Amino acid sequence: MTVEATYGVPTVAMHTDKFDRVVRSVATVNGMPGLRQAFVPQPIMGKTAAQLRAYIDGTDPITGRPVMQEVIEGLTQPFNEGDLGPVEFDRSTPRLVEPDTADSLERLFLENRWTDMLPIVLPTEERVQAMLAGTRRKPDEIVGRMRSTHFREYWEYTVEKVAVNAVMAGARPEYLPVILALAASCVTARGSSSSAVAGMSFVNGPIRDEIGMNSGTGALGPYNHANATIGRAYGLLSQNLQGGSIPGLSYMGNQGNNYNYNSLTFAENEERSPWEPFHVQHGFQPTDSAVSVFSSCRATAFTLGLREKHWREHCANMLRGMDPHTPPVLLLDPIAARQFIDRGGFTKKDALIDWLYGTAKMSASEYWDYQLIQNYIYPRATFGEEPWASKLKAAPDELIPMFRREDIHVVVVGGETNGYWRIMGANYQKTVSIDEWR
Amino acid sequence: MSANEKITVLNPVGFAPKVARKAFAPRLETLNGKTVYLVDCRFDDSDLFLKQMQAWFAEHMPSVRTVFKPISSVYLVDDPTTWEEIRAKGDAAILGVGH
Repeated sequence: MTVEATYGVPTVAMHTDKFDRVVRSVATVNGMPGLRQAFVPQPIMGKTAAQLRAYIDGTDPITGRPVMQEVIEGLTQPFNEGDLGPVEFDRSTPRLVEPDTADSLERLFLENRWTDMLPIVLPTEERVQAMLAGTRRKPDEIVGRMRSTHFREYWEYTVEKVAVNAVMAGARPEYLPVILALAASCVTARGSSSSAVAGMSFVNGPIRDEIGMNSGTGALGPYNHANATIGRAYGLLSQNLQGGSIPGLSYMGNQGNNYNYNSLTFAENEERSPWEPFHVQHGFQPTDSAVSVFSSCRATAFTLGLREKHWREHCANMLRGMDPHTPPVLLLDPIAARQFIDRGGFTKKDALIDWLYGTAKMSASEYWDYQLIQNYIYPRATFGEEPWASKLKAAPDELIPMFRREDIHVVVVGGETNGYWRIMGANYQKTVSIDEWR
Repeated sequence: MSANEKITVLNPVGFAPKVARKAFAPRLETLNGKTVYLVDCRFDDSDLFLKQMQAWFAEHMPSVRTVFKPISSVYLVDDPTTWEEIRAKGDAAILGVGH
């Protein structure tokens, strides 16, 4: 779109057929509904030269016409009037839904894909008003802007809009400052990536106890009202406030992700952690309340404790099992956290992260051959961006770090029923003040 | 609340930005004698695909000069250097592929 609109070069964009609806939608909301596009079958990845040539010699699976005819005509056929006229479609959002019975409204919310397919609490004016009592902020105050992917447009939302989604999730008014802080992060928990991403968020500071969040036994599971509904609200507000999360249109996650149901929302077990709380690592005071937000949460590895003889190798195996494109976030039960001190002497969290960084290594040849490294890191390396440009200089058999040190994180959560711990692959985005949204 | 009672609820959807029409570039009368950039978005083996397309042009439309051009970094990053080159040295562009 940029090459066509900004640089004045006639352009055809090639896509795979699975992305037909999404790419047409993206072109439309970017003001170019008539953008010339041609399609070939999915996938491109892993196909031989002969198979790719067959795509090109074949027909466009969307139009049924020869692919190269679509391409050549896209560059040479003039636009018709319909492609050049003004963009006219109503994108305003009314404050209220047309009055109806509760059953009909519940059906409407489901049909409009405003839910996560589980029953919701209908956001009546009374309920939303009661929710808004959870903050001193005005209902019409802008909280932020969010989008499902890099290519889509940002949608904007107010305190009231966040409160509506909080009601739908079954949250209580006292949770609203946490939910507003999540919304203010502007990080979506409903990314549209074909890699089926989820958000992950956890709370630090006094508000954990004030609203009864769980950082102990079952903290990551459906056993605590605040954890469950705050996380659900984060997901619902993401999909609704960013303008949707609809498979094939604005959501392309190939397998989906069960973590999307509550965005892995929990509280850090500060009281049983041997290290400083996560939000203090990121500039907050222990007496502050804050929520930390991660994106691209997909992979999980787990084990029990740290064995005396081979704990280093066991950790290395877990790290090597992660895709090197997404850094490790260790979720340690307090028992496991203390074992890292007993076994490795990591009295500071930074020392543990140093060790993880030095341990997570693989041969340069293997590293650069990962598909996601090829897609997202290799181009940056060739562009001269560090540290990847230096990694490119490594010999094929040289062991190189899988991750950047600053991307590795450690959090303590769990109830010490045993020393199980896990690694989530996820990208840290930011830590947001909750107190500012009280 | 009775089952038939109508109630009013709030819309949970955010506010979309306004859409402004963007202009398309004029189309070419013909590709004969023109330079077409095949712009590799560097995603999911798109380079292999575009090289096959380059071969197709060589076989079927040899009068078209094609230039295989990978973008400078990842597709998430704007690449004005490459776009300027295409504007200065090219007549048309085919961008692809991945999604």
